[in-house]
Amino acid sequence: MEKKQTPLSYLSFSAFAWVVGLLIFFPIFWMVLTSFKTELEAVSIPPSFISFDWTLENYAEVQERSNYFKFAMNSVILAVGSTLVGLVFAVTCAWAMAFNPTKRTKDALLWMLSTKMMPPVGVLVPIYLVFRDWGLLDTRFGLIMVLFLMNLPIMVWMLYTYFKEIPTDILEAARMDGATLPKEIIFVLLPMALPGIASTMLLNVILAWNEAFWTLNLTTSDAAPLTAFIASYSSPEGLFWAKLSAASTLAVAPILVIGWFSQKQLVRGLTFGAVK
Amino acid sequence: MSTRASTLTGRIMSAPSIIVLFLWMAVPLGMTIYFSFLRYNLLAPGTEEWIGTLNYEFFLTDPAFFASLANTLILVGSVLVITIVGGILLGLMLDQPIFGRGILRLLVIAPFFIMPTVNALVWKNLLMDPVSGMFAWLASLLGLPAIDWFTNAPLTSIIIMVAWQWLPFAVLILLTALQSLDRDQKEAAQMDGAGPLSIFFYITLPHLSRAITVVVLIETIFLLTVFAEIFVTTGGGPGLATTNIAFLVYTQALLQFDVGGASAGGIVAVILANIVAIFLIRLIGKNLDK
Repeated sequence: MEKKQTPLSYLSFSAFAWVVGLLIFFPIFWMVLTSFKTELEAVSIPPSFISFDWTLENYAEVQERSNYFKFAMNSVILAVGSTLVGLVFAVTCAWAMAFNPTKRTKDALLWMLSTKMMPPVGVLVPIYLVFRDWGLLDTRFGLIMVLFLMNLPIMVWMLYTYFKEIPTDILEAARMDGATLPKEIIFVLLPMALPGIASTMLLNVILAWNEAFWTLNLTTSDAAPLTAFIASYSSPEGLFWAKLSAASTLAVAPILVIGWFSQKQLVRGLTFGAVK
Repeated sequence: MSTRASTLTGRIMSAPSIIVLFLWMAVPLGMTIYFSFLRYNLLAPGTEEWIGTLNYEFFLTDPAFFASLANTLILVGSVLVITIVGGILLGLMLDQPIFGRGILRLLVIAPFFIMPTVNALVWKNLLMDPVSGMFAWLASLLGLPAIDWFTNAPLTSIIIMVAWQWLPFAVLILLTALQSLDRDQKEAAQMDGAGPLSIFFYITLPHLSRAITVVVLIETIFLLTVFAEIFVTTGGGPGLATTNIAFLVYTQALLQFDVGGASAGGIVAVILANIVAIFLIRLIGKNLDK
């Protein structure tokens, strides 16, 4: 198809594709734009696209009124914390499965995957009660554990597929040279697998940041991350569109950037290696 | 290369992850199953007693169950159709040479990274509000009456929001699959005089079938438990119009404190998800052998 393409058809197809792409992106664009409007302009009809008084006051007010940084901080702590805990477990597990497989390894991997397919409502009641009885409700520690366990199967799987691509000869050579197991992992395996580990971490941060079942059900205020903070805007008296937009823009911006950087690896992680 | 010693190390090192996952899933699931056979209400502590399958009988004969089952199936089915068809079309589009294709691709996949609660509130207010929303203004430009989305078409509104969020997922995966399609095969078919449509149906679509299956299965698993979008917009209403199984279980457990009934509902949800999960795990397992 490409070889017969005329400049005109290239340009017109590009124009068409951009219109489609911008339509899909429009809700995000509109959210960002609204965040710079005053509350009055945010609800004005016809909506104003450029000719309004651009203001940053919503961003200031979101922080002042609701202590936005507390929630943002919780999101960061939960996402990073669960990722780091997960990494320790997942790297050792994936290393074992990739380089010291047993007959059961495949079953273990698939079993891990199957835990990911359990709908969270199936265990909501006992987890909620256990959290209540152990005083874990609305604590960062409790949520880090939940998010870590929720994403552990994905981390193991992703790392496993990356480790599989590393030639075992290199590891054996290190072993011949007398490297102990911890040294072999830290000095030989990890540097080679760094790109894979980095993208595993990024995907995990994205998933933990956007997780909105457990964070909504197990937090009220102290440990509440941005998902819960934004949800508090759903009450009728909280309907200030410009402030909602400012808070939302701040909440999605970091993840959007991370997501854009890791889009390729995302496919591998989310399909458990079934599509490459 | 696996000697007995390395097998042992392997077992020891994979054990922690397997054990914590087991504790996280199997134990609570066992508790859910146990609770589902009890009369157990948090408002009446101390009155727990074994009531056999009564919770299941209540849950499965509750009109709310049928309504929410229907809503779940409609939601999952509609979003699947929209995202698969849209994903194939957008995937084909992005597979062509386009000016600024890299940036365009970023714009198209962006919705996937938006937090579900943000997604829901932006659509509900900025776009779908019947007075000041973008859609109401567009309708007025065309001389049409504004639609009060969440009153008159609540489930459709949820479907639109969720589909917007998941469309990029389908695009990403189908595009990845499209890019691995052998160009020579397509060119050979072209030389034999095959039109674009027959190339699509006889070469492209069969090539995509695996990726489509994966998208269907993974999306189904996530879509069966859509929660946040309903939680922040409709709260399951009006009436039961947007209550899916996940939301029904949530209302029973944390709003009505009926632990027994909610547990029975949770088990029903698990069984529904497992029907799909079996197929997905088989498919991925086959891939692992290659």
